[in-house]
Amino acid sequence: MREAVRGMRRAPLLSILSVTTIAFSLFAFGLFGLVAVNIRQTLRQIEEHVEVRAFLAEGTPIETTTTLLADVQAYPEVSNAVFVSPKQALERARRELKEFSDVLEADILPASIDIRLKEGFRGPAQVRAVASRLSAYEFVDEVRYGEDWVEKLYRLRNIAGIAGTTLGVTFAVVAMIIIGATIRMTVLARAREIEIMHLVGATDAFIRRPFLIEGFAKGLLGGVGALILTYIVHVAMSRWVIGGTFFAPSLAVLGVVGGAVIGILGSAISVGRHLRTP
Amino acid sequence: MALIRFVNVSKEYPRTGAALTGASFQMARGEFVFLTGPSGAGKSTILKLLYAAERPTAGEVVVAGHTTSKLRRSAVATLRRKLGVVFQDFRLLEDRTAEANIGFALEVTGASRDSIAPKVARLLTQVGLASKATAYPGELSGGEQQRVAIARALVNDPVVLLADEPTGNLDDRATRGVFQLLRDINTAGTAVVMATHDLDLIKRAELRTIEVNRGQIVFDSAGAAGDVA
Repeated sequence: MREAVRGMRRAPLLSILSVTTIAFSLFAFGLFGLVAVNIRQTLRQIEEHVEVRAFLAEGTPIETTTTLLADVQAYPEVSNAVFVSPKQALERARRELKEFSDVLEADILPASIDIRLKEGFRGPAQVRAVASRLSAYEFVDEVRYGEDWVEKLYRLRNIAGIAGTTLGVTFAVVAMIIIGATIRMTVLARAREIEIMHLVGATDAFIRRPFLIEGFAKGLLGGVGALILTYIVHVAMSRWVIGGTFFAPSLAVLGVVGGAVIGILGSAISVGRHLRTP
Repeated sequence: MALIRFVNVSKEYPRTGAALTGASFQMARGEFVFLTGPSGAGKSTILKLLYAAERPTAGEVVVAGHTTSKLRRSAVATLRRKLGVVFQDFRLLEDRTAEANIGFALEVTGASRDSIAPKVARLLTQVGLASKATAYPGELSGGEQQRVAIARALVNDPVVLLADEPTGNLDDRATRGVFQLLRDINTAGTAVVMATHDLDLIKRAELRTIEVNRGQIVFDSAGAAGDVA
C-alpha cells in the first residue's frame, strides 16, 4: 500500500494524467450510458400506452360484460382492464378531440373494455394474441390496438437495444484499451524499479501488488471523476435542454466499481506482460 | 560442494545464434573469479545464466544448490536472494537517495520496517559512504554510485556477488577503490564473480581468471575447467 502511494506521489503528473484519461474514457462511456438509460426510460413510458380496446356489441347484458371483464383481468398478460360505457367513451372523445366535440353526440360510441398489458407482454405477437382471444367472444364486435404503431414501437425498441449494446461494448473496449495504455505507461516509467525488484529477489506477486493497488485507486478516482462529470452534464441538460433521468444509485456505484475493476485488470495485464519479458 | 557448477552449458538466442558453447567450470564458496574476454565473448551471458535471467539451451547450471533450468519463476526470486548483482551502469533509482536505494531493496524482499534503517546504515559504512546517505545518485561520483549499487547488492547477505564490468565506467582511482571493496567483501566470505576488460587489474590481482572468447571458455587459470571445487 505504502509503495503504491509512493509510486503515485513520485510521478504526480503521470498519475494525474492516468486518472484524467480514465475519467474521460469512463465519462464518454457514462454519457452514452445516460443517453441509453433515457431512451430506454422514454420507450418504456411510450410502451405503457400500448392498449387493447375490445368494443362490445350493442345491447350486451351487464352480467356478460362483468364476466368478460373478470375473465380478461385474469389473463396473465393483463395489468389492468376497465369497462368504458358509451357515455364515458363520449366524454373521453370530447376531451381528446376537442375540435369535434360539437359533432359528437350521445350513443354514437360503443361500450368497450380497455386493457393495459404488463411490461414484457407488449410485443406485437403478444398484443395480437390477446386481441385474437378477445375477438373470439361473440359479443365483442371489434378489437383495436394500433397494430402499426405497436410494431413500429417494437422495432424501434429492438434497434435501440442492438445499437445500445454495440455502442456500449465498443465504448467499454475503447475505454479499457485507453486505460490499459495509460497504466502501461506507468509500468514503463517504473521499469527500472521493477528490474531492481527482480534482481534483489522480490517475487512477482510482490512486484505486482503495488501496481494493482495503484490501478484500483486510479480506476476508482477516474470512475468518481467520470460520475461527477456525467452528473454535471445531466444537470446542465436538464436545466437548459431537456429533462431526463440520471443513473439509479446502484448503477452509479456499479459504474465506479467498474472503473476500479478496469484499473486493476489494466494493471494486471500491463505488469504481467512486463514481468514475462526476461 | 561447489557453489557454482557449469556443466557443458550452451546458450543460443533465436536471432543472434550461439552466445555460449559447451562451457564448464566450477567455483567454490568464498572464491574470487575474474571473467574476461573481448566484448560479445559471452561474459554477460554467463552472468545472466548465473542469476537466472537466462536459462541454458543445453547443459546444466547449478548455483547455490539451485539448478536454474528447473527453476520455476517463484523459485528464481529465492535464488536471487542468495545473490548480489552489480552492473557497469549502476542501475540506481535517480529519484531516491543512496539510503533509499538500499532500503528499497530491503523493503521489496520483505525485511521488517525496524530492521531496514540499521542495516542500511551498516551497509553504507561498509562501502565507505556513511556520510553520503542522503545524497542522490546525481550528486555522487561514478565510484560512489557503484559503491551504493554494491551496498544494495549486499542487502540479502549473498553467498556470491556477480559484478558485470563494475569498473567499466570508472577512472583508475575509483576502479582501485571499487575493486578493493570487492576484495574486502570476498575476504569476509562472499564469493565474487567479476566480469572485466581490465587486464591490468587482472594482472595485478593475481586471482583466478576465466577467459571467454566467441562463446567458449578458452582459459581457466585454475587448470582444467571444472577441477576446482
